[in-house]
Amino acid sequence: MGEATLESHEGVGSAEFPEVELYHATNWWTKYVFSQDAKIIAVQYSITALAAGFVALVLSWLMRLQLGFPDSLSIIDQNQYYQVITMHGMIMVVYLLTALLLGGFGNYLIPLMVGARDMVFPYLNMLSYWTYLLAVLVLLASFFVPGGPTGAGWTLYPPQAILSGTPGRDFGIVLMLVSLIIFIIGFTMGGLNYVVTVLQARAQGMTMMRLPLTVWGIFTASVMALLAFPALFVGAVMLLFDRLLGTSFFMPALVEMGQRSDYNGGSPILFQHMFWFFGHPEVYIVALPAFGIVSDLIATHARRNIFGYRMMVWAILIIGFLSFVVWAHHMYVSGMHPYFGFFFATTTLIIAVPTAIKVYNWILTLWRGDIHLTVPMLFAIGFIVTFVNGGLTGLFLGNAVVDVPLSDTMFVVAHFHMVMGVAPILVIFGAIYHWYPKVTGRMLNEPLGKFHFWVTFIGSYLVFFPLHYLGLMGVPRRYYAIGEMDALPLSTGELNQLVSVAAFVVGFAQLVFVFNMVWSLRNGTPSGGNPWRATTLEWQTPETPPSHGNWGKDLPVVHRWAYGYSVPGAAQDFLPQNQPPVVQFTRGAEP
Amino acid sequence: MDRITEDKNVHPGMQHGGWRGFVADWSSDRRAFRDVSWGKAMMWIFLLSDTFVFSCFLISYMTVRMSTVVPWPNPSEVFALTIGGTPLPLILIAIMTFVLISSSGTMAMAVNFAQRREGARSAYLMLATAALGATFVGMQAFEWSKLIHEGVRPWGNPWGAPQFGSTFFMITGFHGTHVSFGVIFMIIVARKVLRGDYERGRRGFFTSRRGNYESVEIIGLYWHFVDLVWVFIFAFFYLW
Repeated sequence: MGEATLESHEGVGSAEFPEVELYHATNWWTKYVFSQDAKIIAVQYSITALAAGFVALVLSWLMRLQLGFPDSLSIIDQNQYYQVITMHGMIMVVYLLTALLLGGFGNYLIPLMVGARDMVFPYLNMLSYWTYLLAVLVLLASFFVPGGPTGAGWTLYPPQAILSGTPGRDFGIVLMLVSLIIFIIGFTMGGLNYVVTVLQARAQGMTMMRLPLTVWGIFTASVMALLAFPALFVGAVMLLFDRLLGTSFFMPALVEMGQRSDYNGGSPILFQHMFWFFGHPEVYIVALPAFGIVSDLIATHARRNIFGYRMMVWAILIIGFLSFVVWAHHMYVSGMHPYFGFFFATTTLIIAVPTAIKVYNWILTLWRGDIHLTVPMLFAIGFIVTFVNGGLTGLFLGNAVVDVPLSDTMFVVAHFHMVMGVAPILVIFGAIYHWYPKVTGRMLNEPLGKFHFWVTFIGSYLVFFPLHYLGLMGVPRRYYAIGEMDALPLSTGELNQLVSVAAFVVGFAQLVFVFNMVWSLRNGTPSGGNPWRATTLEWQTPETPPSHGNWGKDLPVVHRWAYGYSVPGAAQDFLPQNQPPVVQFTRGAEP
Repeated sequence: MDRITEDKNVHPGMQHGGWRGFVADWSSDRRAFRDVSWGKAMMWIFLLSDTFVFSCFLISYMTVRMSTVVPWPNPSEVFALTIGGTPLPLILIAIMTFVLISSSGTMAMAVNFAQRREGARSAYLMLATAALGATFVGMQAFEWSKLIHEGVRPWGNPWGAPQFGSTFFMITGFHGTHVSFGVIFMIIVARKVLRGDYERGRRGFFTSRRGNYESVEIIGLYWHFVDLVWVFIFAFFYLW
């Protein structure tokens, strides 16, 4: 694997693998609505996910109004507060981040980056999107049913999730669980596509060890999702049965509203295990695509080959594996045998090693690079800072002894928002600024983009950094109104106000981003095919935006790895993956 | 460790032995699994995912069974049929298991004939497989109705822990759904084989792609998987 050299292995000829023919749309409906083209499906996924994300953003405003100004600006009552935090969390984690990173970026980038004409099963891919849309609609429908959406908290812990005191107990929780089941079915259809496309449909010369790290991230995350979502699926089915059929999988014998309930002998802890066996890999299902994307953004915009490519790949795979054996660190306060706590704390801390390798490699890639402070680069650097910050607090929470006092405080909220809220969102923004020219053929407006970055970045820190402090002071999470307590200094209330104001500013800044995306569609500077002078295959398509089938008549042939930047002796400062090698007259070579 | 073969015809990535060779094999050019079609790769990966689904179901069942403080009903008595005045423990399950395992045999033969391009034989064996599968589901429906008649419900039963009924209906129901879907797709593929779709390259109704005889093998993979899952359900639910 000569990484930065010009030589190439031509690989296996294409005659061995007959191409499966493409599906060609015949009318407007099958071309733009019920499309089987991965690029259209990607845009559909992205728009749906971003729309759901905006709903969740508005919900977070309602929450922040309540927390910041509990006495004066209280527009939601206690029940609505719980419904708002539940829906905010679930929408953001599953319906925005997972769907956008895998369904959106995965669909757009995998076929283009591996040099395929489309996903391997376009029809299944289309079904995946429409199933996802159905899941979103079922979830949003819970706002309009009697009793409203569920207020169980995004973790949906039984027994309280389905007891009558919890808001949305009648219909909300049922719609939530049904929606999750539909989402998982839809994701499975898409995920199989992503995995098989990467494994089996690469262009000639594209070995796995030449894949851009973006593809590695999305691929590993898809495999993990296929193995982690089953646990949530089974947990959701069983909880649904507890709620609708009166089974007692998770429900112990208990007294509800002064009456002995009919439930008997179930185990609430079992649900926590199922939820977190999904829930912890889910963190990395979101983070790994972000890791991959940010690696490519940094390499492209610093004109440097990614430092330690193979190490980066192995780190992704090791993180993916380890994330399946750490789930119970979310359950320290549920109580467990000390040896188990020791095991889960150890595995959790081991994850810091490959993660730190990645962070060092990003920084070493930037080191002495030709850093262009473009908007994607700004977001990428913002990601590194935020991710390091969130990762370090993860070390606190991964330790059983330190976690117990910090559990259920704002410190936890700060940690996971930094590490899997703000950090992946920054990457998503960076990626949209980076790939928007490929999708539309026009650049996003740069001054607006920089404004968007700085307000979002500084604003997010203003929102989430104080929460660490609040958490250490003992401010609990999920409380509707804390008011004045002897245990808490007055300053905590004032800090909460600052956080709320910052949250509104950050939220409104996103409107600038939306405006930029819509405005640039017609008015942006035409970008040409490869505005960032990047090496990966998606920038080498014959047309921009790429047409149906991506590559014109002939599939690309790959000659080198994805990072041919600043190669000594090359004509330009980048070598596209599919550019044929310069013939080398070295010693012993035949003319 | 780093043995390098001198053969010039070998792909450069495959020249290494040991760990590097292992990595080179997996990351090989164009395809990680040589000579494996997209459809077959997809089915294997789907089955891996489905394995996790069934594992979660079975592990949940074992957890609730081990943690309940109420006695678990005795499977030998609950699943016994009284035939001619003698109670025969597990007789129905034994027949069901025999039927399902036999269907795996007919399926394997169907795959064999599909690989030889003997369409008609392959299709009739698939229909036999589907018939055996439908018989299995039918017997399961009989077992369900018998238990329901005796008072077993998802939320309780006359003999002990309420989780007995919950897990029984959930797991056998989920497995039975898998078998039913298998039967439906089996009939569809058998019809395509009989009609000669794979000989003439007729396009699929939904996907508008040309199919080939490999569909028989792919549905066979699914069928064997469903059988294998039944073996585990049989062992953990009925024999435990």
